[in-house]
Amino acid sequence: MSVETIEILGSEGVQRALTRIAHEILEKNSGVDDLLLIGIRTGGAYLATQLQQKISEIEGASVSMGIIDVTMYRDDLGSRNNLEVGQSYIRVPVTDKKVILVDDVLYTGRTIRAALEAVIALGRPQNIQLAILVDRGHRELPIRPDYIGRNIPTAQNEQIRVDFDDNNTAQAVHLLRS
Amino acid sequence: MPFNPKHILSIKSLTAEEINFILNTADSFKEINTRQIKKVPTLRGKTIVNLFFEASTRTRTSFEIAGKRLSADTVNISASSSSVVKGETLEDTAQNIEAMHPDIIVMRHSASGACDYLAERLNCSVINAGDGTHEHPSQALLDAFTIRQHKGEIKGLTVTIAGDIAHSRVVRSNIYCLNKLGAKVKIAGPRTMLPPGLEKLGCEVHHNLKDAITDADCIMMLRIQRERQGKTLIPSLREYSRFFGLNDNNLQLAKDDAIVLHPGPMNRGVEISSSVADGKQNVILDQVENGVAVRMALLYLVAGGEKLQDS
Repeated sequence: MSVETIEILGSEGVQRALTRIAHEILEKNSGVDDLLLIGIRTGGAYLATQLQQKISEIEGASVSMGIIDVTMYRDDLGSRNNLEVGQSYIRVPVTDKKVILVDDVLYTGRTIRAALEAVIALGRPQNIQLAILVDRGHRELPIRPDYIGRNIPTAQNEQIRVDFDDNNTAQAVHLLRS
Repeated sequence: MPFNPKHILSIKSLTAEEINFILNTADSFKEINTRQIKKVPTLRGKTIVNLFFEASTRTRTSFEIAGKRLSADTVNISASSSSVVKGETLEDTAQNIEAMHPDIIVMRHSASGACDYLAERLNCSVINAGDGTHEHPSQALLDAFTIRQHKGEIKGLTVTIAGDIAHSRVVRSNIYCLNKLGAKVKIAGPRTMLPPGLEKLGCEVHHNLKDAITDADCIMMLRIQRERQGKTLIPSLREYSRFFGLNDNNLQLAKDDAIVLHPGPMNRGVEISSSVADGKQNVILDQVENGVAVRMALLYLVAGGEKLQDS
């Protein structure tokens, strides 16, 4: 069966979306005070790094960032065949921070559920917000993003792929239809 | 690489890739042990039975803590409090435990091959926590993890293992593990404690400690297993200590940045002097610390994924 690949966002489109999200984060949180970006491995971690750069360019102030692997908090241990667990690096305490969870694609919401549990296990943040590059629908849990790069309604048999280059900079978003 | 084992019975049956996968998984779990709240929900609802037919404090506690930090329910059964003393066979004991539906049995037994025997007969996962003089896979993995932590890479290192080789399952697992990861293994011990054919496992055999530790990157000292000896294999502990004990003098023959390992329990003044055991080159407590992370990785890997009945 052939797979049809449709480009949804190119390199410039992705950058514009991330720049807008960076502005929205700063506007909603009135600056960088107490902000902590946490990227979900692996795509979300790359995007969080880019958001961190954009925020410091816009605001002239640095914002802390961490990486989280949610494998240990997932609800599908018995049905996964790839058991790889990545390392988490969060060097600053999350307690009383405004945590911005960052991921590339929002689908069922189960990854975000696991990420919420993983963050709360480390402390008690002021609040947790969610930034997503692509929201493709089909939620199975009551989870709603605060910042969205692009809404792409999809069918269950379609896939969204976010491409990164060798420097882990997001280059494009593709819709795969089989 | 998908690695989804049903049991962990030996190092011999693992590939270098699989060993590295376990060590990398342990690396990710290690951070949990330094958190304020040391618990993740990964194995919630799983039951782990620690079935120890031989005395053990370190290994049993390490497996128990590893299971608890992953939110599994752990139960300990030791030989003295079990129906073994009332004459029950190993298979009956295990089948009775399995009737209570545990997910993993972690077993230590004095008979070599006891874990393989159970793994063939039970539906739950089995992890070998030491069987006779055969293997002790989790110990070899935590040793490799500790060496990797201090030396960066295991490939190309010279590792000397000295002491009561014949009675040591730790040695067998370590020779397999270190060889697979590309290290050169040197063995030293009195002739009465060296089993014949050791070279065939892929190591260099010495009868003199000084030759074996010269230019070594890592030195692993083993305890004289007095409880396993039918008769005395050495004239006296004092004599053994003089020829095969590690002290500040002979340690200088090894590389300046050599590390000293010991699987415990240590006999200070016999195979290792107190000054070396407490010296700056010792990584003995790192081994214990890393043991919990490595065992978390093993429990996670056997509990996760869809298992094929025959794998």
